[in-house]
Amino acid sequence: MKQLSTKVTSNGHGQDSSYFLGWEEYEKNPYDEIKNPNGMIQMGLAENQLCFDLIESWLVKNPDAASLKRNGQSIFRELALFQDYHGMPEFKKAMAEFMEEIRGNRVTFDPKKIVLAAGSTSANETLMFCLAEPGDAFLLPTPYYPGFDRDLKWRTGAEIVPIHCSSSNGFQITESALLQAYQQAEKLDLKVKGVLVTNPSNPLGTALTRRELNLLVDFITSKNIHLISDEIYSGTMFGFEQFISVMDVLKDKKLENTEVSKRVHVVYSLSKDLGLPGFRVGAIYSNDEMIVSAATKMSSFGLVSSQTQYLLSALLSDKKFTSQYLEENQKRLKSRQRRLVSGLESAGITCLRSSAGLFCWVDMRHLLDTNTFEAELDLWKKIVYNVKLNISPGSSCHCTEPGWFRVCFANMSEDTLDLALKRLKTFVESTDCGRMISRSSHERLKSLRKKTVSNWVFRVSWTDRVPDER
Amino acid sequence: MMERSSNNNNNNVVELSRVAVSDTHGEDSPYFAGWKAYDENPYDESHNPSGVIQMGLAENQVSFDLLETYLEKKNPEGSMWGSKGAPGFRENALFQDYHGLKTFRQAMASFMEQIRGGKARFDPDRIVLTAGATAANELLTFILADPNDALLVPTPYYPGFDRDLRWRTGVKIVPIHCDSSNHFQITPEALESAYQTARDANIRVRGVLITNPSNPLGATVQKKVLEYLLDFCVRKNIHLVSDEIYSGSVFHASEFTSVAEIVENIDDVSVKERVHIVYSLSKDLGLPGFRVGTIYSYNDNVVRTARRMSSFTLVSSQTQHMLASMLSDEEFTDKYIRINRERLRRRYEIIVEGLKKAGIECLKGNAGLFCWMNLGFLLEKKTKDGELQLWDVILKELKLNISPGTSCHCSEVGWFRVCFANMSENTLEIALKRIHEFMDRRRRF
Repeated sequence: MKQLSTKVTSNGHGQDSSYFLGWEEYEKNPYDEIKNPNGMIQMGLAENQLCFDLIESWLVKNPDAASLKRNGQSIFRELALFQDYHGMPEFKKAMAEFMEEIRGNRVTFDPKKIVLAAGSTSANETLMFCLAEPGDAFLLPTPYYPGFDRDLKWRTGAEIVPIHCSSSNGFQITESALLQAYQQAEKLDLKVKGVLVTNPSNPLGTALTRRELNLLVDFITSKNIHLISDEIYSGTMFGFEQFISVMDVLKDKKLENTEVSKRVHVVYSLSKDLGLPGFRVGAIYSNDEMIVSAATKMSSFGLVSSQTQYLLSALLSDKKFTSQYLEENQKRLKSRQRRLVSGLESAGITCLRSSAGLFCWVDMRHLLDTNTFEAELDLWKKIVYNVKLNISPGSSCHCTEPGWFRVCFANMSEDTLDLALKRLKTFVESTDCGRMISRSSHERLKSLRKKTVSNWVFRVSWTDRVPDER
Repeated sequence: MMERSSNNNNNNVVELSRVAVSDTHGEDSPYFAGWKAYDENPYDESHNPSGVIQMGLAENQVSFDLLETYLEKKNPEGSMWGSKGAPGFRENALFQDYHGLKTFRQAMASFMEQIRGGKARFDPDRIVLTAGATAANELLTFILADPNDALLVPTPYYPGFDRDLRWRTGVKIVPIHCDSSNHFQITPEALESAYQTARDANIRVRGVLITNPSNPLGATVQKKVLEYLLDFCVRKNIHLVSDEIYSGSVFHASEFTSVAEIVENIDDVSVKERVHIVYSLSKDLGLPGFRVGTIYSYNDNVVRTARRMSSFTLVSSQTQHMLASMLSDEEFTDKYIRINRERLRRRYEIIVEGLKKAGIECLKGNAGLFCWMNLGFLLEKKTKDGELQLWDVILKELKLNISPGTSCHCSEVGWFRVCFANMSENTLEIALKRIHEFMDRRRRF
């Protein structure tokens, strides 16, 4: 009877998914410009490495923040002892203001409603512990971040029921998909406690439209359930459109301070916008006092290091820095994304049109032997082992259509990106259909680009493919 | 446009989870109420000399100067990543590997070995990092037990365990009752009795969790008791968790036996595999704010799973980086451990002597940041209520926040935990003076 809990023997940790296996392959043979130029290029890691220089120069100009000093005086003792689970007030204030700035100061965040956590991994799990238990479910639009299977379900015992989205409308959430998911949960004898969306989306890189956000708020209102909006990528929006947060929608629908607003919660983190995943800084924002209270106590299990809170409260309180950073970050991400998109185009590959995130949602359906997930896995293996690129197959994100892949662009140098694109182009052209596609699609794409762009996917294929009926 | 869904949910507010609304977080206990009184009226030598003196917080503030001096010497230019362009920053900022920084794990292993005088070896690859021992204990519980299972924990125990071991895990604590007749050591009878109590209630026991040295007793667990505990766990085929968070605070190194030493000489894997150690830098180094905890397990499956679960509670890479070189500097850590022990011992002697002069006895302790004081003779009623009444008097009249034994689930009334390392020596003397005066007043009536 010495054996371990069922959490150990189950697969709830999610590490057998291809998402993680690709990482393992990369670890065995990582690319290095000089030491290992034929190694695997990591394109499966959604990291933001584009703006470190901005933070580094801030650190050089502000040495106190990282050396546990205030006005030249050591505050080591004060920081060493600070373990209040309410978090450092200056830090929460700075976080609230940063979140406001990202949303164009159109909405306000009250620092007292912020609960800190060790990363959004911890924040999402803590929210789940507060809102759901075994027998309950949350609805999530597919495709979604593979980590959610572990974060939302593993230790909480809650379930995820997918809201199926398809390329037929750019993977947007529809009313019928929502209802279908809700009914599916009921069939499975699960009590739906809420909907969780990532906005901007991982892995799509698109921001939710106002229509979708309104739909979601109306849905949770009528079903009397919660809405969690994981806005971890909110600071990576680089498109022409403005990022619309669920908080914007609550304001515009005049739902602030209503009962509904208590059921809308935002999750945030500094891991993507600022590129600081190692520092473990996440946050839950909720208008429900009970949730703030319970989550605050739970944060004991994942407090943010006081040393880190101090450094970042100084960084984020510097408004000159934050405004310059946000602007520059967006510029560089946009340029990087464009580089990936056009590189893929020249290989005859299109992406879902996106304006946020650290990755593109790439359409490789035309490269599949058959319209199946087995074929997707085959293609993925070829790309990982032969082309030596680690990208994430859509099946690991629970996508219902085979052939889509998430490809990251912000975690490497420009040269490495170019090399990856070169390898991919060579691979595509080496396959029969690839050669024909790449030539013809290039022409078609040139003319298509001249038309008005919408949020729909361009299907480039020289055979008709019937989408999987589900 | 959404149609109103019929009958699905009435106008009731959607419920939160049972975990969210339960009070298993334990924050309504007097342990926490005293803190509130302190927050509202905190003692300050100059600004508020008649305020409440906090003696309920087990913090180690006696050795900061050693750490500060070391860190200042190591980084004279100030910035952690160097002042010339902050090299190493980006790599550090990106590091979120749940294996933890290798140099830091090695440093932790070496530090833990030094604390045990080299009597046990620690393999850095068996170290799993968590944000504090709070997280480590909860995580281990998730791994070793299922909801409605139980862990046996000797009383009196750290009040935080009610939350850490039970709240989100759904696991129960069944107490192993200890009393002053044998200095609160665990007896075979008490152990068997606790196990039987659980079985009678149809509860599956998954392990025994001890704190060694003990909080709140401030005393080490005897070697023969450890051997017996391990033997018991083997017989019942359950786990043994030893929270050794105060191991570096033992006043005389020779008086501490870690469960690691016992396991060191055992080859039988089926015995070793059930032993797990929790450690943290919050007490020995006085760094609770930095959130550095660790699980050390002799069980590969536990290490692997704990590592994956640590994703929910990683140690900030900034903190790992800062502490790695300090903890692996053996010359420094050797000096630190020695001086820290000395200073804590001295503090302990001051408080025990002071209490003795006031006619108050303490349990003979040899470790930790607190003493276990016996005020049973002052109770009007020898009941839990009587104890809480006395606690209230001490808080309101003497303005001292100490922790009543009931909040530690002590089965004998009248005991209190009194911390001595979280204040200056002056403040400690003031607290003792208040106690003297209180006892004088009582004698006169």
